[in-house]
Amino acid sequence: MITEVASNIPPGLILIVGALLIPFIRGNMRSAYMLLLPLLGIWQLTQMDAGTFGTITIFGLETTHVRIDKLSLIFGYIFYVAAVLGVIFAWHNKDLVEQASAIVYIGAAIGAIFAGDLITLFVYWELTAVASVFIVWAARTDRAYKAAMRYLIIQILSGVLLAAGAVVRAAENGSVDFGAIGLASPGGILILLAFGIKCAFPLMHNWVQDAYPEATPTGTVFLSAFTTKLAIYALARGYAGTEELIWVGTIMAVFPIFYAVLENDLRRVLAYTLNNQLGFMVAGIGVGTTLAINGAVAHAFVGILYKALLFMSLGAVLHRVGTAKGSELGGLYKSMPLTTVFCLVGCASISAFPLFCGFITKSMIITAVAKEGYLVSFVLLLFASACVFHYVAIKIPHFAFFAQDSGKRCQEAPINMLLAMGIASFMCIGIGVYPDALFSLLPYPVDYVPYTTSHVVTILQLLAFSALAFAVVQRIGLYPLVQRSTMLDFDFSYRWIAPEAFGWLLSRGAIAWETMRDDMLSMLRNVIKTTIHFHGPDGIMARTAGLGASAGAVMVLLFVLLVAVMS
Amino acid sequence: MSDLHHDRQTSTVPPEGGGKYYWLDDKKNTTKILWVLVTVCAGLIIADLFYHKHVVYDFENWFGFYGLFGFFLPVVLVLLAQALRKILMRDEDYYDH
Repeated sequence: MITEVASNIPPGLILIVGALLIPFIRGNMRSAYMLLLPLLGIWQLTQMDAGTFGTITIFGLETTHVRIDKLSLIFGYIFYVAAVLGVIFAWHNKDLVEQASAIVYIGAAIGAIFAGDLITLFVYWELTAVASVFIVWAARTDRAYKAAMRYLIIQILSGVLLAAGAVVRAAENGSVDFGAIGLASPGGILILLAFGIKCAFPLMHNWVQDAYPEATPTGTVFLSAFTTKLAIYALARGYAGTEELIWVGTIMAVFPIFYAVLENDLRRVLAYTLNNQLGFMVAGIGVGTTLAINGAVAHAFVGILYKALLFMSLGAVLHRVGTAKGSELGGLYKSMPLTTVFCLVGCASISAFPLFCGFITKSMIITAVAKEGYLVSFVLLLFASACVFHYVAIKIPHFAFFAQDSGKRCQEAPINMLLAMGIASFMCIGIGVYPDALFSLLPYPVDYVPYTTSHVVTILQLLAFSALAFAVVQRIGLYPLVQRSTMLDFDFSYRWIAPEAFGWLLSRGAIAWETMRDDMLSMLRNVIKTTIHFHGPDGIMARTAGLGASAGAVMVLLFVLLVAVMS
Repeated sequence: MSDLHHDRQTSTVPPEGGGKYYWLDDKKNTTKILWVLVTVCAGLIIADLFYHKHVVYDFENWFGFYGLFGFFLPVVLVLLAQALRKILMRDEDYYDH
């Protein structure tokens, strides 16, 4: 009976409706309640059968509220797991705005995952944007406020494009069904742009690095998991095998690493890495073979885990020390040994070390790219793999936990943070050691053996030499110093060029307006002057003539009239 | 790096945190770790002789390809990034005026 009811509730609604009660519960009970919601959600998913329900016809278009299949289920599960991790990590945080908006945000993301049509997708898509902006605002700093405004504008733009694309598609083929879309029609291009913004495609990526590091230590953990991975799901659903995405993904994997090397704020470094890891997934979706799609989905799954783990470890540092800037940290392993270990697990996972989760999934994508003959893409993805180890897995622990001692001493992270990081670490290693558990969840049957001698040795070579390169470059003083700075990225265009151009236009406009106003006024003055000249007190038209002259004029007129009549 | 000198200084100053001694505080020990890493790298390169590589492209079969790739390309990355830094770096509060 209960299971029957449960399997008829749309999955995201448990969190969205559940969030309405959060303000009425206080203290630890509230955190416990927030933990209960995603656990309930996971249980609900286990009760659901593949299929669709909640079909409603709006204006003659059929919308499907819930579609359960393997592709949506795996994302549903990992979103709930990320929610559990995030809630445990934020257990001590009693900020109602952040707590409530995080739960609504996660609920909306899950609702979007299970949406069977573009209209339902659009509704949840916009709800994730609106709910998540409050998480950024919850930091309550001036920088966060401004970054959140930029974030909101960009996210809403994505929603508008999605709505436009859905309308065009409805006009084209009379259906808003969300299946394979492709680039054959204008509607498909609009929807790809909408997904591309949320997926942080090159030149549409800057909102990630702009807004995420401005949120609170706990807020960033929530943010990192959902929006971009929702976009990955949407791309896998709509654009699998779209060849252009291989190139988009390759550029995405390579270009953020230059920024990651230079950036000082370590949480911003992670935001660039997030971008780079999305590149691998997008490239996999572009290849579109079953191995590639499995790889992309699996990489999104583990990416959520290790990215959350890394953001948690730096969040713990920020929580205890008050900064996450490389230039101000160092030697923290003495104060926070457990956090250091968990951070290293995250680093090993992201850089695809054997026995850690990234090793399994990233290699699925790279193998698929190589097998389909995309040589340039393959070499560039290898390059990105070697560099990701270099700039994240070594840079972050190096500057935060080791390097020269900053003299900063603090307590180890709170117990709830350690617990969340511990669970995430356990899962990262668990999947690395026993990948079959993950394989059974993937959308297609898996025919891939990750642990071969050849593969293990080549990856170890790549990583060990990359580490050696870091050590050598560091010793001979070539490594860029971390220092307080801002790196110009694409946001330069809308945070500097556009305001400057607008300002220039305004100042030019002001000059033009002044000139025009002066001209108009002097014209008006001339008109008035002329009028006064002719009609003024001394004007010719205002003169009074003598009575005799008037009578004479009348007589002349009458005479002319008489002559005219007579003749 | 320019903090070579600085590191040496901190190792002579009694470590903070209640005078607790940490193995990594000694510069000699970090050098030891570097040599361990060099040994591991050498071992991995030699291992190339003893197994059959399953590869897609021929160049992957070159002796030590992955090692050399993993060493030199990150160095190229760092050098390029150094150049980019000159163009892209601004003050921390660049946008805040």
